[in-house]
Amino acid sequence: METLEIAKAKKAKAETTSISGSVAVLEALIAENVTEIFGYPGGAIMPIYDALYDYERKLHHILVRHEQGAIHAAQGYARASGKTGVVFATSGPGATNLVTGLADAMIDSTPVVCITGQVFAQLLGTDAFQETDVVNITTPITKWNYQVTDASEIPSVLAKAFYIASSGRPGPVLVDITKNAQQQLFEYAGYKKCDHIRSYRPKPIIRKEYVENAAKLINEAKKPFVIFGQGIILGKAEKEFTAFLEKGNLPAAWTILGMSAIPTDHPLGVGMLGMHGNYGPNVLTNECDVLIAVGMRFDDRVTGRLDKYAKQAKIIHLDIDPAEIDKNVKTTVSVWGDCKETLPMLTALIDKKDHKSWLQKFATLKKQEDETCINAELNPTGEEMTMGEVIKTLNELTKGNAIIVTDVGQHQMVACRYAKYNNSKSNITSGGLGTMGFALPAAIGAKLGTPNNTVIAIAGDGGFQMNIQELGTIMQSNIGVKILVLNNQFLGMVRQWQELFMDKRYSFTNITSPDFVKVAEAYNIPGEKVTDRSALKNALQKMLESKGAYLLEVMVGKENNVFPMVPQGCSVSEIRLK
Amino acid sequence: MTTQKTNIPAAATVATGQKAEYSLTVYTENQIGLLNRIAIMFSRRKINVISLNTSPTEVDSVHRFTIVINETEEVVRKLCRQIEKQVDVLKAFYNTDEEIIWQEMALYKVPTDEVAEKVKVERLLRKYGARAVVIRKDYTVFETTGHREETDSLIKALEPYGLIEFVRSARVAIIKDSKGFHEKLKSYEKSDPGEELIENEFLNQQDEVFTM
Ligand SMILES: Cc1ncc(C[n+]2csc(CCOP(=O)(O)OP(=O)(O)O)c2C)c(N)n1
Repeated sequence: METLEIAKAKKAKAETTSISGSVAVLEALIAENVTEIFGYPGGAIMPIYDALYDYERKLHHILVRHEQGAIHAAQGYARASGKTGVVFATSGPGATNLVTGLADAMIDSTPVVCITGQVFAQLLGTDAFQETDVVNITTPITKWNYQVTDASEIPSVLAKAFYIASSGRPGPVLVDITKNAQQQLFEYAGYKKCDHIRSYRPKPIIRKEYVENAAKLINEAKKPFVIFGQGIILGKAEKEFTAFLEKGNLPAAWTILGMSAIPTDHPLGVGMLGMHGNYGPNVLTNECDVLIAVGMRFDDRVTGRLDKYAKQAKIIHLDIDPAEIDKNVKTTVSVWGDCKETLPMLTALIDKKDHKSWLQKFATLKKQEDETCINAELNPTGEEMTMGEVIKTLNELTKGNAIIVTDVGQHQMVACRYAKYNNSKSNITSGGLGTMGFALPAAIGAKLGTPNNTVIAIAGDGGFQMNIQELGTIMQSNIGVKILVLNNQFLGMVRQWQELFMDKRYSFTNITSPDFVKVAEAYNIPGEKVTDRSALKNALQKMLESKGAYLLEVMVGKENNVFPMVPQGCSVSEIRLK
Repeated sequence: MTTQKTNIPAAATVATGQKAEYSLTVYTENQIGLLNRIAIMFSRRKINVISLNTSPTEVDSVHRFTIVINETEEVVRKLCRQIEKQVDVLKAFYNTDEEIIWQEMALYKVPTDEVAEKVKVERLLRKYGARAVVIRKDYTVFETTGHREETDSLIKALEPYGLIEFVRSARVAIIKDSKGFHEKLKSYEKSDPGEELIENEFLNQQDEVFTM
């Protein structure tokens, strides 16, 4: 017996090797199939960067210009590729610069793993140089976070981090590693992926009777209406969802994050929900008899006034996150579970229907919207260019095959309203947090995540200046992102509200900009500025045909508004067409 | 975390449902930082925590929080789901006072001469089931265990006799109907034991480091 024990121990010993915590971090990334890291070095993460020097061929590190750029790039990477984005940052200011991106990834359920350096464990709590309590700062904006003070924890903690970030409802995870743990040598027994944590249920158990109840409601419905969010994309359930819609002939509208889960031209796709969504879906939300919500969370920008939201309808909610059920809207039937599994169960139980006259209602309202606002936006007769016509022209050239990454503001709403998407994961935008400055770094990530795609960042003149430094990243790492700046010389969305609700008191919304083309040129990025409609199409074509990165600035009308609009405090059916 | 009870306005602010006292029982892994993760769920919604207790459980690696708040059932239910969603939380329950057996402990410091001289005080303490924990020349410390109304009314009763100091513990509560979860916990621990808590072991070695 004894000899056996000893032999075992010897064998175990022989299988371990002594490595540093830093090397363990990089080995973990390789084991998790990470190929891209977005980061920025500094004192407390130097041991990891030192180890990275020898891993250059296995791990591609992109040096950003600001840590916020790193995390937005990781988000764009994750959203476009479906993989987990990875970020390195140093302690103190490096880590605090991640905060906006973490909050953004949290609210938009994006899988990101951030690794931050931290001061030596001995110095925690001493106000050491660049010491910030990052774990506590990021607690409300991470799905999980953890501080490592001993190198031997690194493999298992990172395995947990990757598992948590990407499973269930995805989200950002932060692992803070003290410098001593990065330097420390320990006996490494290899990396084991995590597939289970006893206190964590990524997927609720599906209750068949609820699926049956939901099917019954759908089969009895005369005016069923499907609304869907990013859950379809995150659950990789695009096919299952389309089959569900097509069997029941169910009209379906998307949230801003659900967009592109089905092609925008799908005959059952009736448009976008919410404040600047389409007319039909908003109005008919308050007319349908059964509202079927899939993988969405009834954000207030979608629901408008809750006490006047779909009160006439029975509500079915399919979601993977039990905390979302009944959070904002009380459901009649809730179907907890991964929609990749629940949708086929539901499809099997629903009847084939045509819902012809109900679908016709959407078409009628679409026509009304076309006549009152869409036509004027897409085919303007005035001298000034509209954002809508820029997007329309872009559609003609991309045919819906580009990935579009938008910033936040009017151009975001216009792009989401009018851009065509043929492929899932091709609309990337900051939905829940509305983070200006998102587009440029996120587009960098999206391009690296899907190098064969055309990736176009669309930004306003305001938001583009919020992370404009990332032009440096594009220059250094040669990233072929197309940048389309729609310049209205205003912080347009805020100006619109000031015009409509604050008597045109334009308090600090006019913004001046540098010569963007010159700025790009300084970064070795070719570009052009268009002020005239006649030059628009050619300029867009040139942008798309250019080999690498390119910047196109289009001057658009200064005081155009985005319509339709559900004014704050109003019901979705009180949506204004002008 | 304050232990003060807020003044709740007569008209409940939430349209549906009345506010009431709820005890949340949260079973968690024993992890550093979890107290903060749970506490901010309340502060984020600007909900006052009336009392909060952390305790081990009958299972080694599992920790238990008992949190008392005054809210509507709807708010409490949603909060419970948000808490349960946290990766290191095993389970969260909420219960009304009727569904639990609960106790709070209180300590009272009173001048000894008052106690010795006045038979009335002694009688009072006996009536409340208070027990002397420490008797010194200058003061005596009594302890009672019970519901809030009981500990509160003893403060009132002692005030005229020069109550020097008072402190009350957080609530500890046992759910009347908790057999099911106990068994689940036991089987968890058997098939899937919890991880060890790792603390910072270097804090007293500050002098040995110089860093950039
Ligand atoms: C970081 C950040 N700060 C402020 C805001 C508030 N905000 C929302 S839209 C907007 C205006 C954006 O202007 P611009 O980038 O020029 O785009 P436009 O609306 O003109 O298309 C502002 C300031 C925000 N969303 N994010």
